[in-house]
Amino acid sequence: MGAQELDTSSGLLPWGRYPQRPQTAVPCHWKDQIQGLLTEHSPGLLPFGNGRSYGDSCLATNDRVLHTRPLDRFIEADWETGRVVAQPGVLLDEIIHLALPRGWFLPVTPGTRFITLGGAIANDVHGKNHHHAGTFGRHIRRLGLVRSDRDEPLTCSLNEHPELFRATIAGLGLTGVINWAELQLRPVRSAAITTRTLPFPDLDTFFELSAEHDETHEYAVAWVDCAARGRALGRGLYMLGDHAEDGDLSLPRSRQRRFPVDPPLSLVNRWSVRLFNSLYFRRGHGRDAPHRVSYQPYFFPLDAILEWNRVYGRRGFQQFQCLLPEPAARDALRAILESIADSGSGSPLAVLKRCGDRPSPGLISFPAPGITLALDFPNSQRLTHRTLPRLDAIVREAGGRLYPAKDAHMSGSDFRAGYPDWERLETLRDPALMSQFWERVLP
Amino acid sequence: MSSERIVVFGATSAITQALARQYAEEGASLTLVGRDTGRLGEVAADLRARGASETTIQRFDADNGEQLTAAVDQCFEAGNPVDLAIIGYGTLPDQAACERDPEEAARALATNGVSVIVLLLALARHFEAQGHGSIAVFSSVAGDRGRPSNAVYGAAKGAVSIFLSGLRARLHRSGVHVLTIKPGFVDTPMTQGLALPQLLLSTPERVAADVRKAIRRRRNTLYTPWFWRWILLIIRSIPEPIFKRLSL
Repeated sequence: MGAQELDTSSGLLPWGRYPQRPQTAVPCHWKDQIQGLLTEHSPGLLPFGNGRSYGDSCLATNDRVLHTRPLDRFIEADWETGRVVAQPGVLLDEIIHLALPRGWFLPVTPGTRFITLGGAIANDVHGKNHHHAGTFGRHIRRLGLVRSDRDEPLTCSLNEHPELFRATIAGLGLTGVINWAELQLRPVRSAAITTRTLPFPDLDTFFELSAEHDETHEYAVAWVDCAARGRALGRGLYMLGDHAEDGDLSLPRSRQRRFPVDPPLSLVNRWSVRLFNSLYFRRGHGRDAPHRVSYQPYFFPLDAILEWNRVYGRRGFQQFQCLLPEPAARDALRAILESIADSGSGSPLAVLKRCGDRPSPGLISFPAPGITLALDFPNSQRLTHRTLPRLDAIVREAGGRLYPAKDAHMSGSDFRAGYPDWERLETLRDPALMSQFWERVLP
Repeated sequence: MSSERIVVFGATSAITQALARQYAEEGASLTLVGRDTGRLGEVAADLRARGASETTIQRFDADNGEQLTAAVDQCFEAGNPVDLAIIGYGTLPDQAACERDPEEAARALATNGVSVIVLLLALARHFEAQGHGSIAVFSSVAGDRGRPSNAVYGAAKGAVSIFLSGLRARLHRSGVHVLTIKPGFVDTPMTQGLALPQLLLSTPERVAADVRKAIRRRRNTLYTPWFWRWILLIIRSIPEPIFKRLSL
């Protein structure tokens, strides 16, 4: 631990390093400091966890953020029931570290373990098991909230202050500062994941595979080759996984490397993507028999390289993650992949997943029944002015929406159409808090 | 799982918290001593969740000599031996304020120097009697040579370092180990807001891991991270006529 800590001295940036608005960290080390700091730095402040939100949803309008990562204490852990109560700055990595040897695991595991508990709630993150477990927020039983307009912290759950509870889950940190949360873990018998990889030659086959296998496997996600076109359009690898039934619960020894430099230009470009993708697609063949891997490379392949976001160079990158409701999803996805292949941009990290119908308690939670596609783009003028507007139009027409945690560009009208409950969140917002994202999408 | 009994003086500091967490994961029993019982309670709950077999909290004020001795006596009262005592409280005084206000300087010297020595004297009696265990004390690289920018802090820490080398020789005969810890720049709330060179900046977790290893190996003095030993070797060997002209 320690290696993934942020350097706060030169200002905090979002994970995509765009927009380039460095934030001054106001560190919060003790929960008795929250109320005072909230008042002192109001208005326009925002809680900030470990800086893994991609765009401006983690940037404060006054460019000062309440850095809650130092609030990293556990409060209670019951290993009989798998219930953990902790402060908001605890990393999911630290929860796994404590829970796994005792036979428990995260109920929902996103693509990085270096996010805070508070951030996981505020963005209502999802994982490869959304079709079975829903979002992270479904597994939060209660939470504490400090607001600038209340003298005492509130306890929120589906029974106490339910409106505020629902607004805080996926509430982008706007409803107050979470000072503790109670998470229900899920039991496991092994630290290993049993996985299978099934290649698919085109999009239709992806839909067939997903319909056939999602129900019977806890984890399912697909990598898609965003550089492929024509008959190979939408080809990729469908990856299934389940917690192994037996084996040991010991933590793996993780080896981490740090991406060492800021290249002047993005190393992710049309040629490198095409080369990587065709090699990766080929490598995915011959692995359709179930085999065991450690949970770390299965859930967190990118965490093995610290600061991998620097690969996109100084101009940073933007992620595009959309949700497309079915049945429009199939055609919309094809149109999106065609546009991306035509643009010659896009990155090797393109992920496709079918979301399930377990509802989130969150008011403006991103996942919903349908297909979600996520991919990164190196930043450029062309991306902002041509590629993204084209993709947005397709999503709009399909009745879909984008993920605020990943976003640095969506229009206010697209946001409000995608999240009709935004107004309820706005009325419950703590007046001391405001993000650049929220200011951008409000009418 | 060991059930080592550990007493931490100044248990709410960032470095002692990181250290206590590492011992908690091994099932240690921890007594947390400090000024703010609310915050001590937060730390205690955290350590229990991380695996500590037992935690107790105890209030003391470093600036109150009587309380200090009483706190030490209480730690040994139950008749349980203490395997490890960690002393990690302190303040980082503003040198300029100390120069303006002698009272400020006196307070800084009392908290960081005198109180630590008084506490150690009280601890030493008990450790001598029980005939085993380790005492690990956070001094500082600042105590190795006086510099204009932090002479008051450096003087207090230097006094602690000198006292520790005497104490070490005394307790050595009883089989008690004394460790002098000299951290360099560490990213903690205490150093928040200072312009410290990023390359030399360490983390509480890294310092804690070094300290644990040094306690296990019964080392005398620990510079952490390691390169400070060499930096200080150079700094100490500069002749005074030259040193006084440097702006360090």
